[in-house]
Amino acid sequence: MADPDQFVAADLACIRGERLVFGKVRFDIASGDALALVGPNGSGKSTLLRLLAGLLPASGGRLAWNGAPVGDEPDAHRARLHYLGHLDAVKPALTPLENLAFHARLRGEIRDAAALKAALDALGIAGLADLPGRFLSQGQRRRAALARLRATRAPLWLLDEPTLGLDADALVRLADLIDSHRSQGGIVIAATHGGLDLGPHTTLELGTARNAGAAA
Amino acid sequence: MNALLAVLQRDLRLAWRAPGDSLNVVLFFVLTVVLFPLGIGPEIETLQRISVGVIWVMALLACLLALDRLFRDDAEDGSLDLIALSPVALELLVLSKALAHWLISAVPLIVISPLLAIALHMPVEAFPALLGSLLLGTPTLSLIGAIGAALTLGARRAGVLIGLLVLPLYIPVLIFGVAAVDAAAQGLPSQPHLLLLGGLLALFLPVAPVAAAAAIRQAQQ
Repeated sequence: MADPDQFVAADLACIRGERLVFGKVRFDIASGDALALVGPNGSGKSTLLRLLAGLLPASGGRLAWNGAPVGDEPDAHRARLHYLGHLDAVKPALTPLENLAFHARLRGEIRDAAALKAALDALGIAGLADLPGRFLSQGQRRRAALARLRATRAPLWLLDEPTLGLDADALVRLADLIDSHRSQGGIVIAATHGGLDLGPHTTLELGTARNAGAAA
Repeated sequence: MNALLAVLQRDLRLAWRAPGDSLNVVLFFVLTVVLFPLGIGPEIETLQRISVGVIWVMALLACLLALDRLFRDDAEDGSLDLIALSPVALELLVLSKALAHWLISAVPLIVISPLLAIALHMPVEAFPALLGSLLLGTPTLSLIGAIGAALTLGARRAGVLIGLLVLPLYIPVLIFGVAAVDAAAQGLPSQPHLLLLGGLLALFLPVAPVAAAAAIRQAQQ
């Protein structure tokens, strides 16, 4: 395995609409680590994840990957992360297989159908590979979205309440996915209200005070 | 390159699977143009006089119809986040989407325009100039439209707003497009007007993707 990666945030702050969503968020995580973002509704978990993905600019603080500021090379940062938001981004007119293939190609990779089917199989929906997305249930669409994590490799996973709409079987599959990602040196940052089995992890509490606590 | 093709192919595939939207554009174009002979009467000279303007104005309005959903669908289902998070520059992917819009909305109009030109008794000598001006002019419409569609991403009633934003910018394209065909109909060279249309395209080809991408990033915040 290559050198371990390190993802460090120092005093990250975000101001939206003249309101301080969070300030002084800090964490220091490395390959194999998992970080759970917890906090009440509106505490800024989703905002922080979008900020970590580069979709939002930080109002203050620093964010560095292996010592280099993330803002210096936004393309490289986008190439190293998987972001899973509240929306599944599964097109109703496309099959899960086509959705996966599109995402892989967006990331500049071409995966053959077998590799993509293996990713769907890991989420237990290989049988739905050729069914248009509009016929999928909410949980099945979520599984199809989660399959993106498996279809192409990215060291950094940013998951925004990935358990939304998942049944017990899918929760186990997601836990397996996260576990194998971490054992291969991946990093997982997930916002959660519980229900997500991250394995051993550190916790970053948002919204308890103005200043969120630092994760070890 | 692969990512650009992926966006283009996906948009074409989506249009193919749900052809209603693109058919609406063509039907709107045909029906509105056909209304003119009915409203104005069958005098050949009058129809000839207005044929170029009618076809160009209606093509321009028809191009507006599908703009509203250029980025909106992707924004609503989360796909736009994925597209913005591609390692490939968002500007290039926007260009891909504008190209898809042109292929889906404008090319069918260009293909059908000679038929409508016949219905309006346009002189046959003007047909090459009509096709040429539409071929050079409509890509600019799609590019300008992409800016409008991106700017109105956060707005309700975006359809009307896009029209208000984009139509003033469409005016130069309309003027040179109509002038090219009129010149050809009178036996004059249409080349200068076509070159100006090409110039407009060359201007918006780099400007529009940058502006639209900036607007999309703003909307995602």
